[in-house]
Amino acid sequence: MSQLCLRILFCVRRGISLEKEVAQLDLTYEKGGIRRVFNIIERRARQPGANLYVIASPQGEILASNVASLQPGVLNRLGWIEPPFRYEGFAENNSGSHQNLAAGYVIELDNGIRLLIGRDLGDPERLHIVVRQALLLALIIMGVGALVIWFAIGRNALKRMDRMSSASGKIMAGDLSQRLPVTGSGDEFDRLSNSLNLMLDRIVRLNEGLRQVSDNIAHDLKTPLTRLRNKAADAGATESPDERRAALEGIIAESDQLIRTFNALLMISRVEAGAVAAEMSVVCLSAIVEDSAELYGPVAEEAGLSLDCAIEPDISINGNRELIGQAIFNLLDNAIKYSEGSGQSIHLSLKREDGRAVFVVADNGPGIPSSRMDDVKQRFFRLDESRSKPGTGLGLSLVDAVASMHGGVFSLTEAKCLLENYTGLGAVLSFPLARQKGSLD
Amino acid sequence: MSVDETREIACNADRNGDMVATMRILVIEDDLEAAAYLTKAFREAGITCEHAGDGESGLFMASENEYDVLVVDRMLPRRDGLSVISALRSKAIHTPVLILSALGQVDDRVTGLRAGGDDYLPKPYAFSELLARVEVLGRRKGMPDQDVVYRVGDLELDRLSHEVRRAGREITLQPREYRLLEYLMKNAGQVVTRTMLLENVWDYHFDPQTNVIDVHVSRLRSKIEKEFDKPLLKTIRGSGYMIKNDA
Repeated sequence: MSQLCLRILFCVRRGISLEKEVAQLDLTYEKGGIRRVFNIIERRARQPGANLYVIASPQGEILASNVASLQPGVLNRLGWIEPPFRYEGFAENNSGSHQNLAAGYVIELDNGIRLLIGRDLGDPERLHIVVRQALLLALIIMGVGALVIWFAIGRNALKRMDRMSSASGKIMAGDLSQRLPVTGSGDEFDRLSNSLNLMLDRIVRLNEGLRQVSDNIAHDLKTPLTRLRNKAADAGATESPDERRAALEGIIAESDQLIRTFNALLMISRVEAGAVAAEMSVVCLSAIVEDSAELYGPVAEEAGLSLDCAIEPDISINGNRELIGQAIFNLLDNAIKYSEGSGQSIHLSLKREDGRAVFVVADNGPGIPSSRMDDVKQRFFRLDESRSKPGTGLGLSLVDAVASMHGGVFSLTEAKCLLENYTGLGAVLSFPLARQKGSLD
Repeated sequence: MSVDETREIACNADRNGDMVATMRILVIEDDLEAAAYLTKAFREAGITCEHAGDGESGLFMASENEYDVLVVDRMLPRRDGLSVISALRSKAIHTPVLILSALGQVDDRVTGLRAGGDDYLPKPYAFSELLARVEVLGRRKGMPDQDVVYRVGDLELDRLSHEVRRAGREITLQPREYRLLEYLMKNAGQVVTRTMLLENVWDYHFDPQTNVIDVHVSRLRSKIEKEFDKPLLKTIRGSGYMIKNDA
């Protein structure tokens, strides 16, 4: 180690001062000859802490110097002396002479006289000790620092991670009411815990929804299956061919309804899962709404209602025509179904509003209590507990799924909030407009 | 549709000579139970039905024999349904194909038709729907659609002038009613389902859950039958509609 330090010191020192001095002496020699050099060296050698000067004959005999003795062979080569050489200086006090290390440079003058200029590198032993102490101190400081940092940050962090992992362990074990600890300091751990907790909240909500949906599905499928079974039993029990035939037809109608329900269910989950799967293109929403008015106009008339349409032309959105069509048909179908017999009109409009295409259906039916507005979007939810009206209870769920797949918003509200003369339910479906190139088509 | 009714339709068709030869179809379906049910039901409807259990044998049978319609399941062992269809089409075999699919994609229909299918029915389906579609497809093969005037009894529909006459008297129809009648008359003597009507007249491909199609059909019916004695447009319970001259 000390060897290395010495080398470093040597390199740093030799570069600057010695080279200057050599150059200076060289110049002096050119101007004033050897005598002048001798004089200068004489003078300098007497200054305290001076460089080493050695003047030797071409044979290597020392002619003049301020050192007592020199490591043999040092003067044999010209240029920088590598590695540092040993010399013995004159004792300045009575402690006697001691060996020192020095770096030096040897030049040869015209007449073969060699001149060594060197610099003391200090006592190697002393340097050794200093370096060792410094290293030791550095190591101790580093160790203590590491411990302090560990106590202040690391241990604390690990403890908190431990708490988090034990909480998540409980959650994994099935206790979804558990939450990760939040200290309130707002640091990274807290933020992580917070977002994980929000995620858990969402999972709980989804879980709840799923459970409710499967309850509803079970309930809604059990009823027609029971009816199916009863009809089959009737068909088996009766002797009259006419009755049997009627029962079998009932069975077929019932099964068809079940198939419809399943198709609708499948459709919704496809839409919810397959935002990417569906083919999207620029479709003319105005044309779809006009189709729906054309398709449902006669149906409304049969139900004693009139359609009051206000459809702005050439409104295009990016979407899947089939799905949007089905969503709009569902809304219109619902409006007609629930306001049948009121003898009033159903409002149907499409317009541009704040960069969105807004489709509104409003009726004068009984409406939905505002507390249940969100429930009706759930699968199989039907306000009419007796299920006397035909339908699967899936229509609005599909509308909702289609809307969110298209980046749209589906909302239900009281019709009177939208239009003056309507008292029933108002359904609003809004989609982002397609980019303007649609208008060129 | 009850079994009796199905049989009745098939018999009616025979009696009136609408279907000269019995139709021969191939069902390519790997679910053996479903295939057995389909084969039996088609036979009861008066259709000769053969069955292949996987894509390769289905492709072989369809290339070697003449069929009027192929009913192809989309998911098949050894060769996917769509690839069976493309292979047939590349061999210039243009037998009409109806694709059955249980695949959970919104755009199955589009991909199926692009692969060369002629019609598409998602599972689960009602057999009456399948039967109606197969019959329409089978008929389409035999008769290229070149008639300028469709005639059913004394009802005439001129596809060039878009005029509809019954017993020489002109009947005014709305554009959509005209298309509805055109489709019904194009498939005269065949059952067309509500879904088929929504597809072909309105170009929307889903199951109309309510009576919306019925309302349009009954309006059309009142226009073409009101002042005339003989009903032409029949409601086939559990299936759909059929326009036909019973005389």
